[in-house]
Amino acid sequence: MKLIKSIVRPNRVDDVRQALEKMGVPGMTVTEVRGHGRQKGHTAIYRGKEYNVTLLPKVEVEVVVQDDLADAVIAAIVQAARTGEIGDGRVFVTHVEHSYNIRTGEKDA
Amino acid sequence: MTDGYTRMTRNRVGIGLAAAVLVLGAPALALAQEAAAAAPAPTVNGADTAWMLVAAALVLLMTPALAFFYGGLVRSKNALNTMMMSFISLGFVGVIWALVGYSLAFTPGNNWIGDTSRFFLRGVDMELPTGISTALIPHTLFMCYQGTFCIITAALISGAIVERMRFSAYVLFITLWAVVVYSPVAHWVWGGGWLAKMGALDFAGGTVVHVNAAVAAVVAVLCVGPRRDAKTAALMPHNVPFVLLGAGLLWFGWFGFNAGSAVAANGSAALAFTTTMLAPAGTLVVWTLLDAFRQKKATAVGAATAIVVGLVAITPAAGHVSPMNGLLLGMIAAVPSYLALVIRAKTSFDDSLDVLAAHGVGGTVGALLTGVFAQKSLNGLADGLLYGNPGQLGIQAIAVGAAIVYSGVATFILLKLVGMIFPLRATPEAESEGLDQTAHGEEAYVHSGGSTQMG
Repeated sequence: MKLIKSIVRPNRVDDVRQALEKMGVPGMTVTEVRGHGRQKGHTAIYRGKEYNVTLLPKVEVEVVVQDDLADAVIAAIVQAARTGEIGDGRVFVTHVEHSYNIRTGEKDA
Repeated sequence: MTDGYTRMTRNRVGIGLAAAVLVLGAPALALAQEAAAAAPAPTVNGADTAWMLVAAALVLLMTPALAFFYGGLVRSKNALNTMMMSFISLGFVGVIWALVGYSLAFTPGNNWIGDTSRFFLRGVDMELPTGISTALIPHTLFMCYQGTFCIITAALISGAIVERMRFSAYVLFITLWAVVVYSPVAHWVWGGGWLAKMGALDFAGGTVVHVNAAVAAVVAVLCVGPRRDAKTAALMPHNVPFVLLGAGLLWFGWFGFNAGSAVAANGSAALAFTTTMLAPAGTLVVWTLLDAFRQKKATAVGAATAIVVGLVAITPAAGHVSPMNGLLLGMIAAVPSYLALVIRAKTSFDDSLDVLAAHGVGGTVGALLTGVFAQKSLNGLADGLLYGNPGQLGIQAIAVGAAIVYSGVATFILLKLVGMIFPLRATPEAESEGLDQTAHGEEAYVHSGGSTQMG
């Protein structure tokens, strides 16, 4: 199994979710996060003081899928989240050893 | 002391006159008329002035209240922009009112519009506003009180076009709208214009404020267009407690709006105060039952909306109807606005915060029911349908119809003109990023981690 962790623009989350549902991914975890990559943030002015806001709001979407599905899921996420501008985000993929269903205690299939 | 322009309800009516006579020391009411004829020229009344100072401040508070009501209903990325659309009216519309708006609304002029004699508040002094009102308060206070109405009416429109209208275009639009649309309509009804002469009853502005703003809102939706994601995104309120806070403060301020429209501390003001308390209570009860019946739950946003609908509906009727009829009016008004909300939600017409359902439908229902429930024994002006004067209902309908036609056409032309100077819409990027950051350079809920101070 693979854990696919995507950091995407907040306004692309719905597209990503729809793309994943279309592929039959049964569940996901979504978290509001802040961060930056190459996108350098924006300027804010409060009472005459200027600030450089470097950590921008993003949304992290985590899904766990079977190995053979991973490439297709990643492609779908990339397609759904891309605008072509700096700040589109990242996808990280890691190996998952086991998972357990808490209600049944069942180990993953 | 009366002139041709005192028929309207914003002016003192019989009760006020009698009170003034008593203050002047007439020994008995039977002698009131003779005493009035013999009395010296009226002067500023301390009690009336004290109440109207408070009432004007209450109505001014309604605009920040509206900011909370609207601000809570939008997504967090547009919270400040939405609230600023109300707050900015306190500035731009407040200024234009003093410069030209007041004069165009509240000077004799002709049937359609006032004149330029009070431009820049020329002659608006501490004496009575003689010639335009029989109110026994200083002219300055009369002007301020009327100004608070203009400010909130312009701000009401913003609910229709939140989350996508360009801020600069919006500010220019409402500033001009206050002069081109609000001032003439206020003149028709309160400044001695043609609707006043026809005998239309509008105690505190059901037609002038609510129908007028709602029609402008509809036209604005058509000219600006729907939000890009109106069909797909979850357009959920980001802060429902704000919505409830706003509704509560609106009710509080509305006592100044309605009871203050008697422009005196008298029985008429107390009657308007009473109906302003009872009508929204009735609306809230019926709305809650409709909510519970339809979706098995009494919603908080629904309750906030119900209060506003009830307040809108009682506005034209406030000092014209009995307390129980006011309560009944509020209960009746819940149904059409509730249906309008449900129907609107199923269409692609993106009147985002339902200005039409709350203010247009509620205002029209209130204006028409004023023509049903009005009692001459209460208002000293005219009876309604239930009290043997069916013609009043027709006059009410004409007033609403006139406001719809004029506000619709004039707003449309105005938006087209504004569109030639500033694009009406924010860019697609700004709309998707959120207007707080793109239009104002601020965020409503700041996460300061990682940010650095510059220079």
